Amino acid sequence: MSEETPATAVEALCERVERAGHVALDGLRVEKRADGYALETPAEGADGLDEEGLSAALAEVPAYVTNWHYWHRVGGVGTARRAFLRWCEHAPLEGDADNPGETLAPPSRYEALTDGLEREWGQLAITSRLAGETGERVYEVRHVDDAETAVGDLERLDGPRAARDLTTEDDRGRYRPLKTAPTLVSGWVLPHLSGSDLLETVEFVYPATVANWHRERGGDLDVDHWLETAHRQSGIYDVVDELPREAVEWMADACCVDSQCLRRREWHYEEDDHLSVPGGDGVFPCREPCSLVIAAARKWAILESEREQTWTVELTLSEKNQLEALLEAVADGRVDEIREADLNDGANRYRARYLRAKRAAEGSLFDETGDEDGA
Amino acid sequence: MQALVIVAHGSHLNPGASEPTHAHADTIRDAGAFDEVREAFWKEEPHFREVIRTVEADEVFVVPLFISEGYFTEEVIPRELRLEDWDPERWDSDGTSASEATLEATDVGKTVHYCGPVGTHDAMADVIVRRAESVTGDPDVGEGFALAVVGHGTERNENSAKAIEYHATRIRERGRFDEVVSLFMDEQPEVDDVTDHVETEDVVVVPLFVADGYHTQEDIPEDVGLTDDFRTGWDVPGEVDGKRIWYTGAVGTEPLTAEVVLERAADAGADVGDAIERVRLETGQQTTAVTSD
Repeated sequence: MSEETPATAVEALCERVERAGHVALDGLRVEKRADGYALETPAEGADGLDEEGLSAALAEVPAYVTNWHYWHRVGGVGTARRAFLRWCEHAPLEGDADNPGETLAPPSRYEALTDGLEREWGQLAITSRLAGETGERVYEVRHVDDAETAVGDLERLDGPRAARDLTTEDDRGRYRPLKTAPTLVSGWVLPHLSGSDLLETVEFVYPATVANWHRERGGDLDVDHWLETAHRQSGIYDVVDELPREAVEWMADACCVDSQCLRRREWHYEEDDHLSVPGGDGVFPCREPCSLVIAAARKWAILESEREQTWTVELTLSEKNQLEALLEAVADGRVDEIREADLNDGANRYRARYLRAKRAAEGSLFDETGDEDGA
Repeated sequence: MQALVIVAHGSHLNPGASEPTHAHADTIRDAGAFDEVREAFWKEEPHFREVIRTVEADEVFVVPLFISEGYFTEEVIPRELRLEDWDPERWDSDGTSASEATLEATDVGKTVHYCGPVGTHDAMADVIVRRAESVTGDPDVGEGFALAVVGHGTERNENSAKAIEYHATRIRERGRFDEVVSLFMDEQPEVDDVTDHVETEDVVVVPLFVADGYHTQEDIPEDVGLTDDFRTGWDVPGEVDGKRIWYTGAVGTEPLTAEVVLERAADAGADVGDAIERVRLETGQQTTAVTSD
């Protein structure tokens, strides 16, 4: 933390007014006029002030002054970086001046910032706090599931690069090819981050989400829908545009819903041809089919080119139900939760092995019917 | 402001594929030569498609961490980065001489200096030699040693073999090693016969790959005869046909590769200050594990 006192914030603000003629942020407005300085906050105002008078008046509204000073140092007006940091502490965003919504002005925001203001970004819980009386902010990041856990019970990570490392595997040690899958491991904390370290952390954990969220807020998110993305592919992915329209629905249902990915899907089949599968409630948007979807689409495009056939199979009703239970268990990622001896669960391993021994000992469960056309 | 973006293949299946990219990016971040440094991938995130929008700098140096010029550097990366008016002719390359093209990324309106791949830069020869030093633990390795540079080789892309030959020739001309040969996985001369292609008792085998994965950790050790089953590992050096094989694993994992990334950006006009010298010094003090496990 810096040694800075509110007095240096007053000084910096006065300098800025001298240079720029005025400053305005979050309800504070200071202006240099012909008859002296004017200061205005939602609660009070004064004008015709000389330099000393201005300094004294500013010293009376420390929350406004130190707030200005912090954001002055953050800089980057109009950037995604600044917008994200301001969103984190529920401050009004640029462009939102007329519609502050649930945002907070400095005095009440400062009160809340003392305890910490929270936001969720995917599975990250981000807390913004005031560090002392200088207006400096510190940020803490942890997993949303650890929101109530005492900080001492969490593993303290050493900076953004450590956060990148923890995105590599899920809690079972499996590689996570999709950063926005809801499988981020918990049990860690990054305390006392600066604003730039917070942004680096978020960039590592959920790459490009801040940039796309910011573009969306500004009304210029460049969505690439399925068909244009598919047509663009080449090489081994050239085939993906052959995936039938209905299969794109099934694909979005398989890969892109909230249980599989935390991005909110904004792309559809085409701009004027929307998918019926919900896009999800994620805070950050998905602007085009990702590389995992493209790779999966290639598989399905090839599989969907096969002709359908009719198969016959002899099963009891319970065995038929069991096949459905197996499909459900795999699709819902529930296999590992099934207890060893839970023989009531159709997807239990012993149940599956029994079914295989009884019905698929010769290889396949199914016999092809004589119907060559697969009617 | 200037930003550096290292673009690499990445993988949906192998977490090791992106490790060297992150490591080199961290080295360059620590060197402080760029205001912003990003990694981007074809198979991981951020994707090529969305990386440029994550930087604030108006001038972006894009360096492909790829071994050779070909499908990815000429077609996929420029397309996904939305580099307007890109044409491979802009590089005016003979297959290994691409240096830089200045273009605009249309989604962000930024200037992109699109550099040639890391693998074909002259400085890559130094990384290959450094790899030989690392694996033998001898900073003067050369005399009494053969060096085999191994590439994938593929009939689909002749530039793949060109890059291997290019570095092998340059290292051979330095006269440091008794012999320098280029070998391939799927074309002649094949890496399977490495011991037939060299006279010396010791041979360092350096695969010209960006990251360790299936090819460098499974195929090549088995093809060379270092092991019957990659899962059981192999010795470094390992004994094959009475010769000692010093197998290094992927050259791209060598920390000095970060310097080549910087060289590429500097060649394209980036102001990297003394970062190249500092990275060369610092990576010289890092030791890389060159083992099978």
